[in-house]
Amino acid sequence: MESMETKPSGGGGARDLLHRQYWDLSYVSGPLVFLKDGHRFATGAILDLVLGDGAVRQGQVLETSTTHAVVQVLQGTQGVDIERTSVSLRADAARLGVSRDMIGRRFNGLGEAIDGLPPVLPDEELDIMGAAINPVARDKPRDFIETGLSCIDGFNTLVRGQKLPIFFGAGLPANRLARHIVRHAATKSDAEEFVVVFGAMGITEREAAFFLRSFGESGQGARVVAFINKANDPAIERLFTPRCALTAAEYLAFHHGFQVLVVLTDMTNYCEALRQVSSAREEIPGRRGYPGYMYTDLSSIYERAGRLRGNRGSVTQIPMVSMPDDDITHPIPDLTGYITEGQIVMSRALHRQGLFPPVDVLPSLSRLMNNGIGEGLTRADHRDLANQLYACYAHGRDIRKLMSIVGEDALGDLDRKYLQFAQEFESQLIGQGDVRRTIDETLGLGWRLLALIPKEELTRINKDLIDRYYCEIMEDGVPSPFVG
Amino acid sequence: MEATTVERAGTVTRISGPMVSATGMPGVAMGEIVRVGRAALMGEVIRIDGDTVFAQVFEDTAGMGLGEPVVGTGAPLVVELGPGLLGQTFDGIQRPLPALRELSGDLVGRGLSAAALDRDRTWAFAPQVAAGDAVAGGDVLGTVQETATIEQRILAPPGTAGRVDSVVAPGAYRVHEPIVELEDGTRLSMMQRWPVKAARPAGAKLASDRPFLTGQRVLDCLFPIALGGTAIVPGGFGTGKTVVEQTLSKYCNADIIVYVGCGERGNEMADVLSEFPELQDPRTGASLMGRTVLVVNTSNMPVAARDASVYTGVTIGEYYRDQGYDVAVMADSTSRWAEALREIASRLEEMPGEEGYPTYLAARISEFYERAGRVVCAGNGEARQGSLTLVGAVSPPGGDFSEPVTQTSLRVAGALWALDASLAYRRHYPAVNWNRSYSLYDEELDGWFREHGPEGWCERRRDAVRLLQRDAELQEVVQLVGPDALQDAERLVLEASKLIREVFLQQNAFSDSDAYSSLEKTGGLLDTVLVFYEKCRALLDDGAMLDRLLDLPVREDLARLRDAPSDGFAARKDEVIAQIRAMAAEAAGK
Ligand SMILES: Nc1ncnc2c1ncn2[C@@H]1O[C@H](COP(=O)(O)OP(=O)(O)OP(=O)(O)O)[C@@H](O)[C@H]1O
Ligand SMILES: [Mg+2]
Repeated sequence: MESMETKPSGGGGARDLLHRQYWDLSYVSGPLVFLKDGHRFATGAILDLVLGDGAVRQGQVLETSTTHAVVQVLQGTQGVDIERTSVSLRADAARLGVSRDMIGRRFNGLGEAIDGLPPVLPDEELDIMGAAINPVARDKPRDFIETGLSCIDGFNTLVRGQKLPIFFGAGLPANRLARHIVRHAATKSDAEEFVVVFGAMGITEREAAFFLRSFGESGQGARVVAFINKANDPAIERLFTPRCALTAAEYLAFHHGFQVLVVLTDMTNYCEALRQVSSAREEIPGRRGYPGYMYTDLSSIYERAGRLRGNRGSVTQIPMVSMPDDDITHPIPDLTGYITEGQIVMSRALHRQGLFPPVDVLPSLSRLMNNGIGEGLTRADHRDLANQLYACYAHGRDIRKLMSIVGEDALGDLDRKYLQFAQEFESQLIGQGDVRRTIDETLGLGWRLLALIPKEELTRINKDLIDRYYCEIMEDGVPSPFVG
Repeated sequence: MEATTVERAGTVTRISGPMVSATGMPGVAMGEIVRVGRAALMGEVIRIDGDTVFAQVFEDTAGMGLGEPVVGTGAPLVVELGPGLLGQTFDGIQRPLPALRELSGDLVGRGLSAAALDRDRTWAFAPQVAAGDAVAGGDVLGTVQETATIEQRILAPPGTAGRVDSVVAPGAYRVHEPIVELEDGTRLSMMQRWPVKAARPAGAKLASDRPFLTGQRVLDCLFPIALGGTAIVPGGFGTGKTVVEQTLSKYCNADIIVYVGCGERGNEMADVLSEFPELQDPRTGASLMGRTVLVVNTSNMPVAARDASVYTGVTIGEYYRDQGYDVAVMADSTSRWAEALREIASRLEEMPGEEGYPTYLAARISEFYERAGRVVCAGNGEARQGSLTLVGAVSPPGGDFSEPVTQTSLRVAGALWALDASLAYRRHYPAVNWNRSYSLYDEELDGWFREHGPEGWCERRRDAVRLLQRDAELQEVVQLVGPDALQDAERLVLEASKLIREVFLQQNAFSDSDAYSSLEKTGGLLDTVLVFYEKCRALLDDGAMLDRLLDLPVREDLARLRDAPSDGFAARKDEVIAQIRAMAAEAAGK
């Protein structure tokens, strides 16, 4: 079919005159349609596709040339035919209308209100792709966020402006962990400045309900902005959802001074959508079929966290990443780990023991921990204590492995102490359940656990601190962690 | 920008991410910088096919449409070299980021331009040539005190040849003002331009016989590299590549540091920017920022500019090398650069090589590392020597070193500092795997260490390597049958190498007293551990019980010796060694 132009379809109006319609689809593949000419569409522009039956869908221009254009269709291409479908320009870029009134509202994955209330009156229409923060405009993330969980506060401290993902295998209680963090991160003195932005990609109805309910329970109901793309919503929409969420987050943080916590779940669904588009474009696949540019694409999401110099607000990100097959080297967690500032890794072994939260602290890491802990921030002994507990736990785990080979009888006295330490560390310190612990409680418990290990072994802790804390515990006659 | 010729204005015919093609530009050359689109984004010609020109664009092409203009500039990608580089933070195409912030606020806008070197600032120039002097490329025309500790030597640009007709009087000048005029009318200023993809000329290469000291025990002792050498630091995410690069930037013995953040995190740069101005150069006491140039193209900034950023960094490094300085260029991470090459190549629909990387990946990587070296500087005057040391981080997918970027880099780099996730998980930092890493410089450097290093350095290193080697073998046995199967002498080896690992090899980059370890401390600490081992070994041979030896309280003092600062370390070490001797004597007496 020849490409042809017609008069604007009914309705008229000066605006429509600018918007020519073209009937030149040549090819439909997966979520993409190809046109025979790029016309004057800019890359990134949003098009209206009018189907034969009059239904309207949106597409985004990915690539243009004088011989073709590639358009990804947000609502999918089911039912698109190349004879009768027309395209016309809708907007120069994907934009989200933002306003302070978004707080408490619920939107779909494209930022359209789905809570039955009237649309938000936007203060501004922002390009959801955002722009890179000038590195010299960034301020160092700091300010300890007390999550109430020992495994995070004690060992993988979260600070404002950080991006710290949660890696989990199928069936592990990641959502419960996220709920815990969100609830408690909010109960700071500055609670009134705190907003949760929730971006959900391809989650089930049940999960969506769980999150919305738990945000409500925590008294944060009114302080949540939710962008929800469910499992049965169009997959391509998922490419827009985190960007809408982050656009709202940045606006609230940097224009209104809020402390914004962004929870994105599940990034793996996002990456699947990305792979779908890539394979429809017949690009050379990278590892496991994911596109070679996935690192860059993911960084355009994850890098949208941080603080700005001279600005009160902050954007902290907690992306949830399910690890296919529990494999941390799978491209999705792998590339995520290469961009984020650490990771919290959940453990099936601890989960099987019935411990919550089942977090394996060895592969977990918060790279910004040092910005948030120490004298004046948490406590002077925090760093040394955490290092020492880590070292002891890692050693205990080695002994446990050794024991499984050589049997318990082959172990010496000291080895047994480490073994017991590892056990208690997991059950007492990590497996705290749903209770909330202050950082003092976490550190105090850490010292009590150290009492299981002879003092001469504790060479990672400054002597003065040992004298002050370790000896105190011993003198108090509380040689075991079971008390308190 | 440079003069543009209207004849060479073409139009955009295709836009695919960072790759744009255009027609109607006859005469445009490979590598030429073009201005693309109405926003005049900067791009570089990377392929010419008949009438169609392909350019990689260093800024985001979103919003651009077909038919927009593309204009050649007649010049390749160049950097400006002159006073004002030190302490500055540039993006990949050498735009100063603070200037961009003034233009477009907290977010980087598109189509901005800002001169690399401030045209308004004046510098006190002290001439060193006089009318009638013959000058050639590389000759020192005069000097400028660029920062508190670094004097910039203003050089005649490569290719200069002639006699000085006139020189300005000492005084304050701006970078683009002429300071020297040659008899043929050529005017030279304090600033010169150089195309980044070409290595700057230098004289003969010199031997790799002086160490690039890092203040990191595992590197200085086990895997030292030479000034002018190259090392790669591969490792999975979170294994400590960036910490290595940043720690080296703080403590290494180079005069100038060029830190290239290529496709990595914005917050890491914020970290450097807030930390470095506060930190003192351990050798001069001045602010570290005064000897540092940052080139930053974070992961979310345009990919094509990653390619530019590594070249921008190394060219700035060469410029200071030419002045006679020892320069270290840190590139974090070269994998992101390789990925940018891959992305552009795939947009060009080039035939891919291994894992989708272009077939010229190996050539690009080796050309890059070949720009390192210790050389006699170009120029006729007083002979100067300079060096450029290159340390490149590599980010292998899944932490698996068999991938193309690691393997290709290994073939050209002089040292491998392999970081290991299992060490990082146990918080053994720096997570340098001592079995896997190597340095090709160690023998060449022995002479220097014998002459200038602590006494017995080479022997002690050999002892340590042997112990660790023996440890690796014994660990295999233990994993099979348990420690009980070992003899006491063997168990002592395990204990001694545990001390080497924990006391000597581990080094916390965030510790005030131990982030930097002087050669004296490094040598002394190793010596102390080995003295302890040898004493125990002798006692064991005399029939002592191993378990008694291991309970000796001196072990704790030994472990804590690590936290004794480099200053005054010797005294503390002597105390501990005396203690070891005393205890050994006592134990032997019983
Ligand atoms: N020498 C060290 N001393 C103390 N901590 C260290 C050291 N090296 C690394 N670490 C710890 O490991 C964390 C990760 O290190 P780093 O950011 O350098 O990793 P990376 O290899 O650059 O990871 P990526 O590839 O994701 O950028 C640091 O934030 C720090 O907590
Ligand atoms: Mg890094």
